[in-house]
Amino acid sequence: MKQQVPLVLCFLFGIVMILTEFSPHTASQATYKEIANWGRVISPFVFVLAVVTLIQTHWTRIQRRVEHWQYSLVVFFGMIVMVVAGLPYGPQHPAFKWLFNNVQVPMDATMFSLLAFFIASAAYRAFRARTFEATLLLLTAVIVMVGNIPVGDLLWPDAASNARQWILDNPNLSARRGIILGVSLGAISQSIRIILGIERSYLG
Amino acid sequence: MFEKLMNIDRRIIFILVALVVIIPMLFTFSIPLNVSEPTQKLYDYIEGLPAGATIMISFDYGPSSFPETEPMAAAVMKHCFDKGIQVIGITLEYIDAVPLADRVMQQVAEEKDAVYGEDYVLLGYRPGESFVILGMGAEIASVFDSDFSETPIGEIPMMQNITNYDQVSLLLNLAAGSSVEGWITYGHTKFNLKIAAGVTGVIVSQMYPYLQTGQLVGLLAGFRGAGEYEKLINAPGEGTKGINTASFVHLLIIGLVVIGNIAFFVQRRREE
Repeated sequence: MKQQVPLVLCFLFGIVMILTEFSPHTASQATYKEIANWGRVISPFVFVLAVVTLIQTHWTRIQRRVEHWQYSLVVFFGMIVMVVAGLPYGPQHPAFKWLFNNVQVPMDATMFSLLAFFIASAAYRAFRARTFEATLLLLTAVIVMVGNIPVGDLLWPDAASNARQWILDNPNLSARRGIILGVSLGAISQSIRIILGIERSYLG
Repeated sequence: MFEKLMNIDRRIIFILVALVVIIPMLFTFSIPLNVSEPTQKLYDYIEGLPAGATIMISFDYGPSSFPETEPMAAAVMKHCFDKGIQVIGITLEYIDAVPLADRVMQQVAEEKDAVYGEDYVLLGYRPGESFVILGMGAEIASVFDSDFSETPIGEIPMMQNITNYDQVSLLLNLAAGSSVEGWITYGHTKFNLKIAAGVTGVIVSQMYPYLQTGQLVGLLAGFRGAGEYEKLINAPGEGTKGINTASFVHLLIIGLVVIGNIAFFVQRRREE
C-alpha cells in the first residue's frame, strides 16, 4: 500500500498534467489551474521538511559526538535566536533586521567570497598547458577573462570584448544548446519512466 | 627557483588576492567600459517603454551573491523611476532575498523620490516557484494577496490596474540560480511575458542560447553588466566599483596562470 498509493497518484497527476498542457478546452484549463493551486498549497510544507531534517541531522551529530559536533550547537543557537527575533513581530522588526543585515548577510557573503581565494590558488596549480585540450581551455579562459574586464578594453580596445563576445556567442552557445537538448531529452525519458512507475527510486 | 615557484605556499596567493581586492576599493578611479550588446538591448527595451508602464523584478539571489546582482537592481530601478515606470518586486527562489530587495528598493526610492505603493511595491516571497509563476499569469492577487508587510494588495494604489502579466511590460529576473529557466518555461512560453535576466558571472554562459532565440530581451552579466548599465544611465555606482575591483583580481589570476605555466615548462625542459 505504501508503494501503490504514491505510484497511482504519480501516474494520475502525470497523465492529467500532460493532457491539460496540450488541451485548450475550458475544463482542461480549469483542471490545470486547480492542480497548480494545489501545488502552491503543498509547496510551503517543504520548509517543515527542511527544518525537521536540519534538526534531526544536527541533533544526531550532537548525540554521537561526531567530529566538530560543537558547530551543531551553533546551528541550534542561530536558529533559535532568529526564530525568537522574527516570529513574534515579523521580519520588519528592527531586531530581526539588525541580525539579518549584520550577521547573516556578512557571514553568507564571506563564505561565498572565500571561493575567490580557492579559485586563484587552484588556477595557479591546475591550469597547466599539459595537453592540446588543456591549452585550448586555458587560452579560452584567458581571452574570456581579459574580455570581461574594462582593463581588457583599455589594453586592446574593442578586440578583447569582441573576442569574449564571439566565444560566448558561438562555441559556448553551441555547446550549451547541445547540453540543454541532451538534458531535456533525458528529463522527458526520466519523467515517462517515473509516470509509468518504472523508475521508483524517489519512493526511498 | 622554478621548483619553488611551482610549489608556492597557497597562503601567499591568498594574501595577493586579498591585496588586489582591498587596494582598488580604497581609491576612486574609472576605467573605460564598452557596453555589450545584451546590456544595450535591455536598456533600449526599458528606454522604449512609455511612462506609466510596469516592470516586475524577481529578486532571486541571496546574501552570498547580492554584491553582483544588487547593483543591477539599483541601476534598472533608477532608470525606471527616471522614466516614470512602475516597479513590482517579488522573490521566488530565496526567502532571504526579501530584506535585500526591501533594502535596495528603499535606497533607490529615497534617491529618486519614488513613493511606495504608487511607484513601486514589494510583494515578497511565495514558495513553489513554477506554480507561483503560473498562478500570477492568471491573477497576481490570487498568489500575492498582500505585500511583504501584510498590506492587502487591494489597498495598494499602483496594483489597482494590474491583474496579471498582461499589464506587465517586462520581467527582470535577477538570479544567482536556475530561476531564469523557470521564468522562460512558464512565464514566456505560456503567457508570452517579456523576460530579461541579470545573473551572476558564473551562470552568464548558460543564458546565451535564450538570448539568441529571443526568449530573453536582454542580459546583464555579473559586475560587468551592472557597470555597463550604470554607464548607460550615467550613474556610476557599486557595479562600476565592482568591475574595477574584479579587473585586478582577473589580472592577478591571469598573471598567476602565466607564471605557473612558465615554471611548468622550464621545469619540464630541465627534467628532459
